[in-house]
Amino acid sequence: MTAFILRRSLQSIIVLFVMSVIVFVGVNLVGDPVDMLINPEADQMEIDRVIRELGLDRPVSEQYWYFLVNAFQGDLGRSFVFGEPALKLIVQRMPATMELALFSLLLAIVFGIPLGVYAGLKPNSKISRTIMAGSILGFSMPTFWVGIILIMFFSVHLGWLPSTGRGEVATVFGITSSIFTLDGLSHLFLPAFNLALFKLSSVIRLARAGTREVILQDYIKFARAKGLAESRIIQVHLLKNIMIPIVTVIGLEFGSLIAFSTVTETVFAWPGMGKLIIDAIYNLDRPIVVAYLMIIVLIFVTLNLIVDILYSVLDPRVRIKGVE
Amino acid sequence: MAQSSAAAAAVDLPASGWRKFWSDFSESPTAVVALLVFLTILFIAVFAPLIAPTDPYDLATVDIMNSRLAPGSEDFSGTVFWLGTDGAGRDMLSAIFYGLRVSLGVGALSGLVALVIGAAVGLSAAYFGGRFETLTMRIVDIQLSFPSILMALIILAVFGKGVEKTIIALVLVQWAYYARAARASALVEKNKEYVEAAQCLALGHRRIILHHIMPNCLAPLIVVGTLQTAHAISLEATLSFLGLGLPITEPSLGLLIGNGFEFMYSGDYWISIFPGIALLITIVSINLVGDQLRDIFNPRLQR
Repeated sequence: MTAFILRRSLQSIIVLFVMSVIVFVGVNLVGDPVDMLINPEADQMEIDRVIRELGLDRPVSEQYWYFLVNAFQGDLGRSFVFGEPALKLIVQRMPATMELALFSLLLAIVFGIPLGVYAGLKPNSKISRTIMAGSILGFSMPTFWVGIILIMFFSVHLGWLPSTGRGEVATVFGITSSIFTLDGLSHLFLPAFNLALFKLSSVIRLARAGTREVILQDYIKFARAKGLAESRIIQVHLLKNIMIPIVTVIGLEFGSLIAFSTVTETVFAWPGMGKLIIDAIYNLDRPIVVAYLMIIVLIFVTLNLIVDILYSVLDPRVRIKGVE
Repeated sequence: MAQSSAAAAAVDLPASGWRKFWSDFSESPTAVVALLVFLTILFIAVFAPLIAPTDPYDLATVDIMNSRLAPGSEDFSGTVFWLGTDGAGRDMLSAIFYGLRVSLGVGALSGLVALVIGAAVGLSAAYFGGRFETLTMRIVDIQLSFPSILMALIILAVFGKGVEKTIIALVLVQWAYYARAARASALVEKNKEYVEAAQCLALGHRRIILHHIMPNCLAPLIVVGTLQTAHAISLEATLSFLGLGLPITEPSLGLLIGNGFEFMYSGDYWISIFPGIALLITIVSINLVGDQLRDIFNPRLQR
């Protein structure tokens, strides 16, 4: 067990290291930030001064070494555009992204499970067919386009919900979030629904498949034979059993919500770290790009490591296969 | 049993095999309709310059005076813009025809390259085994644990935008799916008698892999290929919309949607909506065809 965790951790560190080399070397080959950042009216002295200040005059290998040393001290460089530490900027915007991702997850679960269970209980009814057709659409529609449609319908046409920004935020129990104010919630709803749509479709499909399987089991028949109310059978016997695969998939794919939030944040001008990275790519703000990619890779590697370890605890076969 | 399912799954079908394939495929009317829709889209994409009402990128015919006309409006010379015009006065219908060309082209090309690379890696991993297999499959596992949008974002953030860079990004995102599918079916095939027979004849490794194992692994690869191409088209549109994918000189559907985004707040819905609908129809039709192919080729559902 310990050997397994050690091997997986070592592998995670290798992945991180390889990513840092690819990202750093690659980003340094793109464009010339000097042209982007320095006033074209500036004289040569001024240009040289800024280049020295940003460390752009040193060889890439040396820049990388300093980057690595500083990264271990939590210093991922200063943004060329904002003039602030890259890490600080990203950490500042992380709560907005997390709030969006978590709220989307909540929407996907709250709407997805009942719809999926219904479609599984009455597979041939018209409503179920509509639900399933909707889930196919949800899979196929590109997220950004759905976002545009949502803005067009709910913001421009009906004027019900705002389409940009995060709205008013409030702090409760030390957590600053827009879910604590009505204005914030109204800002949050559209982007969260947009981000949730893909996940919603997969939760519906999982819940439906699970329901169709579980409903044929003997313990459901037995519960019915005992004369339990249908609602109790669904709530206790059915839901408990279909939740396992759903929770697994949701946990595994939480990371993909964070990744896809780059798209939703751009459409809805949501001030999270996804919008920050897209803007940084436009502006060739290299420290931000490098820092964001390193942080998101770190998040993913950690999530995967935790899932791997949990699996090996739950299922010894994974562990044995890993040793071979 | 194993032999017969292998023969049925083989893609190198004799004439009667094609007939059986078609009768299996046409069992689902939805899939047939989807196939027809897809073929129509393919036709439009290939012959866009011939059937589009106007050439949206010919500066001599595009008139800025026609900008942002609503669907169905006419200009002074009597040309009708069925789907309206965009901010530069281009006919949206023609722009969509040309956009389909770019979107499908990029999707198909990247899918094909990824298929070749993935199949080569997957088949050799299964055939040779050992350290090579462990290493490549570890890389595949690690890559598949990252969402595709993130992989593409990393690649494009690192190398910048452009046609060939977008295709490279899409290939790097997709090859792992093909490698995994190719390895899974090659592992089954490799232990069958005909491979053993070929090995007894002392045929070269390359010949055994290409002429004996690969033809029997094509079916699952085709299924993965259809679904992945739809995914690639959607991903390309997303990246182009974000301004990280294709350059403005290659206006795919994603770029058209992105162009319309700024006009949407003033109520000019058609510039974003119609290219999006074209994109959606393309993706859904490919997915439905892919689903049906999967059902046909699935040995467990074999009748």
